[in-house]
Amino acid sequence: MNEVLMYALITLGLLGTIAAVILYFVAQKFKVVEDPKIDLVDEVLPKANCGGCGFPGCRSFAEALVKSANEKHSLEGLNCPVGGNEVMKEAASILGLEVEEQEPLIAVIRCNGSRANSPAKVNYDGPSTCAFAHNLYAGEGGCQYGCLGLGDCVASCDFDAIHMNPETGLPVVNDKCVACGACVKACPRGIIELRPKGKKDRRIFVSCINQDKGGIAKKNCEVACIGCSKCFKVCPFDAITMNNNLAYIDPVKCKLCRKCVEVCPTNAIHEINFPVRKKKAETAEEVVETKTTMTVTHDTKSDPQKDSQS
Amino acid sequence: MIALKTFKKGGVHPEENKISAHAPIQKLPFPKQAIVPLGQNLGAPSKPLVKRGDEVKTGQLIAKAEGFIAANLHSPFTGKVLKVDDAIDSSGYRRPAIYIDVQEDEKWEEGIDTSEAVVREIKADKQTIIDQIKQCGIVGLGGATFPTHVKLMIPDGKKAEYLIINGVECEPYLTSDHRLMLEKGEEMLIGIKILMKALEVEKAIVGIENNKPDAINHLTELAKQYVGISIQPLKVKYPQGGEKQLIKATVNREVPSGKLPIEVGCVVSNVGTAVAVYEAVQKNKPLIERVVTVTGKAVKKPSNFMVRVGTPVQMLIDAAEGLPENTGKIINGGPMMGKAITSLEVPIVKGSSGILLMKNEESKRGIPQTCIRCSKCTVACPMGLEPFLLAKMAKLSLYERAESEKIMDCIECGSCQFTCPSNLPLLDFLRLGKNKVGQLIRSRK
Amino acid sequence: MSQFTISGSPHVHGEESVKKIMYTVVLALVPAILVSTYFFGIDAVRVLLIAVISCLFFEWVIQKYLIKGPVTITDGSAVVAGLLLAFNVPANLPWWILVIGALVTIGIGKMSFGGLGKNPFNPALVGRVFMLISFPVQMTSWPVPKPLFAAGLTDAITGPTALGLLKEGLDAGKSVEQILADPSMPAYLDRLTGNMSGSLGEMSAIALIIGGLFMVWRKVIDWQVPFSIILTVFVFAGIFHLIDPTFYIDPTFHLFTGGLMLGAIYMATDMVSSPMNISGKWVYGIGIGLITIIIRMWGAYPEGISFAILIMNAFVPLINNSFKPKRFGLVANKK
Repeated sequence: MNEVLMYALITLGLLGTIAAVILYFVAQKFKVVEDPKIDLVDEVLPKANCGGCGFPGCRSFAEALVKSANEKHSLEGLNCPVGGNEVMKEAASILGLEVEEQEPLIAVIRCNGSRANSPAKVNYDGPSTCAFAHNLYAGEGGCQYGCLGLGDCVASCDFDAIHMNPETGLPVVNDKCVACGACVKACPRGIIELRPKGKKDRRIFVSCINQDKGGIAKKNCEVACIGCSKCFKVCPFDAITMNNNLAYIDPVKCKLCRKCVEVCPTNAIHEINFPVRKKKAETAEEVVETKTTMTVTHDTKSDPQKDSQS
Repeated sequence: MIALKTFKKGGVHPEENKISAHAPIQKLPFPKQAIVPLGQNLGAPSKPLVKRGDEVKTGQLIAKAEGFIAANLHSPFTGKVLKVDDAIDSSGYRRPAIYIDVQEDEKWEEGIDTSEAVVREIKADKQTIIDQIKQCGIVGLGGATFPTHVKLMIPDGKKAEYLIINGVECEPYLTSDHRLMLEKGEEMLIGIKILMKALEVEKAIVGIENNKPDAINHLTELAKQYVGISIQPLKVKYPQGGEKQLIKATVNREVPSGKLPIEVGCVVSNVGTAVAVYEAVQKNKPLIERVVTVTGKAVKKPSNFMVRVGTPVQMLIDAAEGLPENTGKIINGGPMMGKAITSLEVPIVKGSSGILLMKNEESKRGIPQTCIRCSKCTVACPMGLEPFLLAKMAKLSLYERAESEKIMDCIECGSCQFTCPSNLPLLDFLRLGKNKVGQLIRSRK
Repeated sequence: MSQFTISGSPHVHGEESVKKIMYTVVLALVPAILVSTYFFGIDAVRVLLIAVISCLFFEWVIQKYLIKGPVTITDGSAVVAGLLLAFNVPANLPWWILVIGALVTIGIGKMSFGGLGKNPFNPALVGRVFMLISFPVQMTSWPVPKPLFAAGLTDAITGPTALGLLKEGLDAGKSVEQILADPSMPAYLDRLTGNMSGSLGEMSAIALIIGGLFMVWRKVIDWQVPFSIILTVFVFAGIFHLIDPTFYIDPTFHLFTGGLMLGAIYMATDMVSSPMNISGKWVYGIGIGLITIIIRMWGAYPEGISFAILIMNAFVPLINNSFKPKRFGLVANKK
């Protein structure tokens, strides 16, 4: 009995020693020298692995940060949109550098072709992917630039920040948006844009990307930009440019004066999180949070229907 | 009777529904206004030569081919150019087109023989034929609209042995090629002779499915006077009209994956194209009209029309005695590969072979269920692909894997989706995948 | 003007549907159901009803209250699973074992993977093997068939299956000839028509083959899988029979006894858990044949087809990946 035990112990012990020796040499041979800073930087990153920074994941972004710090002594061009300024500052302090404050961004839907504004002329019967529908036809409302409403952006979002509004058939971005840009890439029509969040979350933008001539655009959609240039003329800061029958507001130049919103004949220009317009001067108490003008207009429209149903 | 041939792999048998097969080709009256899209052929759109206010004659060159794979465009009507502007195409997208205000009395461009007389003697030599085909803007009329003259320019080191003429018309409902073979058989055979001369081939095979026995008999009788042309009856099976399937069926050769038919010494052309070639070479008549079937189970008068390019679909439907009450879907082409159109203002183009009106209840797709892995799609695929797998990969954006599984070989025939018991939109996802993989391949270059 | 529908081609659809396929399978099972009813009478009806109803019930409960998704019990897949489960048990099985088996079939074999189309293993076999291992006594005491109109036999008689007899005999050191001479061993004709002890569906090879041909004709199954299984079993058993006929019984015995026909025609051909491509189907069938005969000849159990199918089910993803259909145009490429 003892003999058996002894043999077992000896063979196992020998095997263990041999394995240990082999492992030691292998570990030496294939050792990867890694900057310890990478781990430290990686630690502070949000670990969302969303790819919003342009790198495949947080780890490779950390590597890029360390590399840039070592080689160029700056972190220019590198930004983590999810973590925002806090995370970037922390990462920079680990690397002994400083970063400029970046204005936080948010995804903005530049289409208001809801079911009411752009009534369906045809029915789509097929899989719920915008990418396929985009290749197949122009869209239920007839606008070849507008939202298809099949939710590729919703599927692409890792942060639960974008949802379809079942009433309008349009996506709605909420506060969880970290501006990773996944939806921008997912949208086959390029409707979604990352724009600065703006002071007090206030922003003004043209909610349309239709480049058709005014008449055609208006025929397909009530609230299309018809390229009338009224906003362009009224803007005191030269923030609006006209291209291909379409106005675009430069978020950097825009001072949120709201003049363009007033003159737009089709209500294509949206203001978000502004106090409700009143003839009297507004006071802080009177500020009513309005999500977007489109939801507001729509709620009033749909309410009577709801009442009648119930 | 020659033995029936067919291709081996895959295929399905959709209901034939050739209800317009006995309706002779009728001429359609002219519309008041015509819209001639500039991108009517595969490849680059043509470049317009006319501007607003110009007077045009029928057959006048109004847009020129730009690039290698491109075709000329001729005015289908006499009249005045209203504007050169965007017009919606069948998918609802706006594409450049020429609007023509049509005059009642027609003036033809000089040098065009508009008589009905059949010119049998082929005087032109090889180069003249190809030039004339190019000049007249002939494209493949089977639906792909590939410029015919490009097909006739055989790359160095290759040699064509067979000219295969596609008279299969495997799409259900459509009968335009069938009627053409019956009514313009003589012209078609001369056209084939011209193509044979241009390609320097000795043999031409006309493949016709045996659900058209009258066309087979008629052409077999006529072909006796034409050396080298044989008529090959084929078993009915979809998608026999696919280029690769037709070559397999007629001469039993397989076109290698990703290659053109010339790789196995074949050139495939449609019967309509052969007639167009005849008119271009013998009569100097450009491609401005084609036969279009208007059909559907609820259509009062299923018909075949000789239609000028640019005529709105609405006119064809009116001529077939109106849009049936419960029309749910209008298809440009056949039910298997045609495109659903969004509006009746869409014009007929060189590639339109039929207008199919589907009833409401026919037009709805079944509710998709989960894949039960029955492998019917794999069995039905004429290209030996695994549609269920490719569709899944496209859904999950696994484009590299889809490429290695040969997604680009898919001919989009729709057999997989047709046969799927779970009503899955397989072809939709395959198309999406092909599109993305195509982008991927192009971005590598 | 009414709105037109826009969708990608094709705009027509064939006649096939999941329901149609499932009920074709049910229809194909009818001859075998009739045969087992003939031999086991009311017991067979009882087992079939309990299995089918409890399968439907569990599918409904799980879909409605656990998954809270759409209820699809009408698609027929649960009926097929229930019928096949009933076919795999003795006619005198207590009802509660059968209900537990149905729960395992639907709950573990099918729904835990996500329902129809997702299960890697044949659900009915999962249930059957579960019952076989958990309740070996009840699952292997087979009633002797009592044809409907034959008098004189009492209910209580149970006997081993032909395969069980063979195994016991061989283990006891008897030769094949001696075993076949045993009076309780069914005669050739009885084996063919099913007049022997066994599970409900193992009875009549002829009835099963009729159903199989029907399914092949309706294109619900491919002939490759059953054919390759039967061929492999025949060839493999035949080789050993030729080597040593005293220890290895002749191959036709293997074909018509036990669950081979049932397994080859109905269980192995289950669409969800079998390979997708023709070449893969051959590999799969040959694998099942080999494992079955190995278990039958040298394994602890007298019958091996259920285990063989489950084992090969596990290999299906691998087979699907390695055996692709012949692509069009690839042969010409090599020239």
